[in-house]
Amino acid sequence: MKLWNHRSAMCKAGFILLALIWASPAQAHIQKGEVGGFTSGFAHPWSGWDHILAMVAVGIWGAQLGAPAIWMLPVAFPMVMAVGGFLGLIGVPLPGTEIGIAVSALLLGLMVFREQKANLTLACILVGIFGLFHGHAHGTELPPGQSGLYYSMGFVIATGTLHGLGISLGLIHRWPVGRTVLRTAGMVILLAGAFFLCEALKA
Amino acid sequence: MRQRDLFRPVLAALALSFFWPAAAQAHLVTTGLGPLYDGIGHFCLSLDDVIPVLALALLAGLRGAAASRSLIWLLPLAWFLGGLVGLSMHGTEPVLPVRAVTFLVLGILIALDAPLPQPLLCAAVVLPGLFYGWCNGVALAAGSGGMLGLLGIAAALFVCATLLSASVVAQRAPWTRIVVRVAGSWTAALGLLSVGWFLHLKK
Repeated sequence: MKLWNHRSAMCKAGFILLALIWASPAQAHIQKGEVGGFTSGFAHPWSGWDHILAMVAVGIWGAQLGAPAIWMLPVAFPMVMAVGGFLGLIGVPLPGTEIGIAVSALLLGLMVFREQKANLTLACILVGIFGLFHGHAHGTELPPGQSGLYYSMGFVIATGTLHGLGISLGLIHRWPVGRTVLRTAGMVILLAGAFFLCEALKA
Repeated sequence: MRQRDLFRPVLAALALSFFWPAAAQAHLVTTGLGPLYDGIGHFCLSLDDVIPVLALALLAGLRGAAASRSLIWLLPLAWFLGGLVGLSMHGTEPVLPVRAVTFLVLGILIALDAPLPQPLLCAAVVLPGLFYGWCNGVALAAGSGGMLGLLGIAAALFVCATLLSASVVAQRAPWTRIVVRVAGSWTAALGLLSVGWFLHLKK
């Protein structure tokens, strides 16, 4: 059986295009702050390179460690990050948050660079501690007037997306060239973490 | 006649029909089914109602076919009964962040792949069902939806829960179970952040 019928696919695409031309504005009952809440929550983890690099590094390290760490770390990180976010929201201070975030990028970069084998529990604890700092920073920086549910949802989905990106990149670990690329990426993250640490100590 | 021979005339007729649009004469008013569709629409557009249903479907799906069969009848029934109580009581929604706590608890149960015995799972389905139904009932009492609106909500959540739990039950690959557990961790994170958000606003 032919798997791809070009003409049939064109007909279907034409039909979809036709349907799109007749699109009318949605009249959904959007409540105040919903859209802004989701988009600003989704954008927040992407707003700083320290967050991006650390979360991607979690995914890459998980992929280097293999199963079950490949899925255990991305499960542990958002949950502990939510605890950090919770503490930030209710106003519980966490000293040295920026330093903690910078150290997380530095150490996770080091783990990726060294392809560090670690005990699963230890890896989860380490990633969890880092997640606490990242979550706390997000929790204290929440903009006012947004929908809490939608903001949180955007925030959690963005974090998961970054982990997914890291895991996807980490899958090239199976090839020798891929391993070299990942180690180089680890070095870059490590150097960036050192830079962030210098900046945090200066502030 | 072969299927592909039929496709193009049907598509052409459909495209032609778009050029003769006329005002819709839908008989919703005469049938009185408007509130039913309102209920379906309300459920589909209310994320704070959809999330617990998705979470319960994932939880039941992880526990297998028997648990999912219980879910698809118990949840709409409990929701509807709770809604009837809400309709008759004319109360107000509770101030406590019960919704957020529900997300948190259900998310943790999914993330841990908790082996809940059947009676406990039924309780985990019925209690949120009654609560959310009651909230919907209270909201509908303030408007004009009434019992038909509740029926619409129950029908929509029945379809949603059935499709999702069946999808989870049908999966055989081990990694799909992991994906469900990751979704659970995201739900738990969402719940915890929502509780934090609630306390933040109360300060």
